[in-house]
Amino acid sequence: MLKTSEVAPRFPMLQNKTIILVIRYLYMILLAFLLFGVILLISGKDPLQSYKDIFTYTLGSAYGFSEVLVAMIPMLLTALAVALPARVGLINVGGEGQLYIGAAFATFGALTFSSLPAWLLLPIMIILGMLGGALWAFLPGYLKSIGLVNETITTLLLNPVAPKIIGFLIFGFWHSPMDTIKTPNFVEAARLPTFFGTRIHLGLFIGLILLVLFWLFMKYTRWGLEIRAIGNNAQAARRNGVPLKKYLIIVMCVGGAIAGLAGMSQVSGFYGVLLLNFSMSLGYMGFMVSWLAGGEPLGIVLMSSVISVIITGGNLLQLTRGVPYSVINLLLAFTLFVVLARPNLIKGKK
Amino acid sequence: MTLLALFGVISSAIFSGTSLLYTTLGEVIDERSGIVNLGLEGVLLVSASSGFAVTALSGSPYLGILVSVLAGGLMNIILGYLVITRKANQLASGLALMFFGFGLSALIGKSFVGTKINSLPRLLLPGLEGLPRIYTSLFKFDPLIYLVIPMAFLVWWLLFRTRWGLGLRAVGENADIAYASGRNPHLIRYQALFVGGMLAGLGAAQLAIAYAMNWTEYMTAGRGFIAVALVIFSKWHPLRAIVGALIFSAAVAFQLLLQSSGVQISPFLLDTIPYLLTLIVLIAWGGNRKHSAPASLGRVYQGSE
Repeated sequence: MLKTSEVAPRFPMLQNKTIILVIRYLYMILLAFLLFGVILLISGKDPLQSYKDIFTYTLGSAYGFSEVLVAMIPMLLTALAVALPARVGLINVGGEGQLYIGAAFATFGALTFSSLPAWLLLPIMIILGMLGGALWAFLPGYLKSIGLVNETITTLLLNPVAPKIIGFLIFGFWHSPMDTIKTPNFVEAARLPTFFGTRIHLGLFIGLILLVLFWLFMKYTRWGLEIRAIGNNAQAARRNGVPLKKYLIIVMCVGGAIAGLAGMSQVSGFYGVLLLNFSMSLGYMGFMVSWLAGGEPLGIVLMSSVISVIITGGNLLQLTRGVPYSVINLLLAFTLFVVLARPNLIKGKK
Repeated sequence: MTLLALFGVISSAIFSGTSLLYTTLGEVIDERSGIVNLGLEGVLLVSASSGFAVTALSGSPYLGILVSVLAGGLMNIILGYLVITRKANQLASGLALMFFGFGLSALIGKSFVGTKINSLPRLLLPGLEGLPRIYTSLFKFDPLIYLVIPMAFLVWWLLFRTRWGLGLRAVGENADIAYASGRNPHLIRYQALFVGGMLAGLGAAQLAIAYAMNWTEYMTAGRGFIAVALVIFSKWHPLRAIVGALIFSAAVAFQLLLQSSGVQISPFLLDTIPYLLTLIVLIAWGGNRKHSAPASLGRVYQGSE
């Protein structure tokens, strides 16, 4: 079975080797851009101009920057959905499925209670979304807690099932009169409020607040301590009277609930409609963000902003340079490859 | 429901199950050596697109298959570099490989969308020569389909009857002990990944060059993940993988059958059958520790430098 205690090392961001680290990360990103530049050259585009476009758009204009923040929202949440269970040694690869089911539950709320005012409807949708994600994570958590099946395998197996259920629901019950691959547009009361005249919605603040809460929770509460104890040595924690099974199930469900919230915030804040296959690997992206950030809140924010710059910039390249969107996956993959490979610029400890 | 429709369903199930079985066999080899390849979807896409492109350019499907197979092996070597040499997390590396595959395959395949190619010859299943022509056309299969079952036995023989296979399984169970007994875990894992990738490439070639005979983006439609599920279902055994692929094909066939006979069951729900079935089997077999996963699956071998 996959080893569950293999949790990523802590992100040593704030140690005195910060500068070395920053240089190393910059170097890694540079390497990724170099690799991608070769690809751009081969496909007949000017890499320097493309990069200039990406950065002036995403970091140099207010609108572009707001789009980066918008792209970050679901990743913050799906990464947290991985980071929390990782602290008890659970590997939650199921963010993708939990996100879909959360979105489906929230959509059910939006379509059923569409006459309610926003201050009532939105909390209902949030609770429903979290409930959906938690339900999808319950089975893996339960099976793990009784020692029957590894959670990595079960969460992974449930991922492809969730979008099929969404398809069934949309196609069978929810589709709009015009279009069979999506629901009717949500009523205004079912949309998360947006800010500054951009597409930034409440989800961003929810995500950031949850990350801060996560940090406080792990550091200052008894539950956080017990979770860390389980993550370090489950058997020792159990012998010290920590209710291991209860923690495994609850933490897994909370992780699922956060992923479900990501789904809710996508359909309510971003799309305003439930689309077939809307996620496009957001759950998997969250897994990688969390892993690369070592599960630390600050690292999650940094990694997801890097990935968001790539994705948002990629969207722009698609429009202005005719680079097919899927090629952006290459830049994303190169970035991930070099971060995973952690090349040693400065001789030091790995 | 006519007999013809029934045969049609069986025939298309065989076509779609074959690529899956090749892929599953490849993943069995990867995982027996202790490495989970979650990026199989990406491997399949790159193999399919490059094989298809070469077939379209050269006009030879055999050259295309060769390129597919090599591309599959090379994709897995990328994963190998990350997880073996750089000791990165296997799940995260696999997912990165998947994104890489999405991007690269789209780039390779972009100019070949809608291209027509020479496919493999299709040979009639022996013993069916007496059937009327409309039936025989359904039972003409490409050579890769005929080769898939022997391939499963070959993989079984390699894993369980050769010294190489013994070493590979030993590394998958406990790399430290395998090292202590004079084997090189790094080398063996690279070899396992290369061979496994080549098998996945063969599956992709069957899908793109022999069966679909065209290239579309994301044409593998989740086969990589189904293969990962089937490996678990078959408990890391190549011969049980045949059963797994058959069940999957049967689910596909069942779905087509229901559709053609007008029964109203959502195809979306039928699509979930392979996953749910695997889950049920896992729960049913969960207590049984015999024949379970390779012991050091997913672990990083720290080596002894």
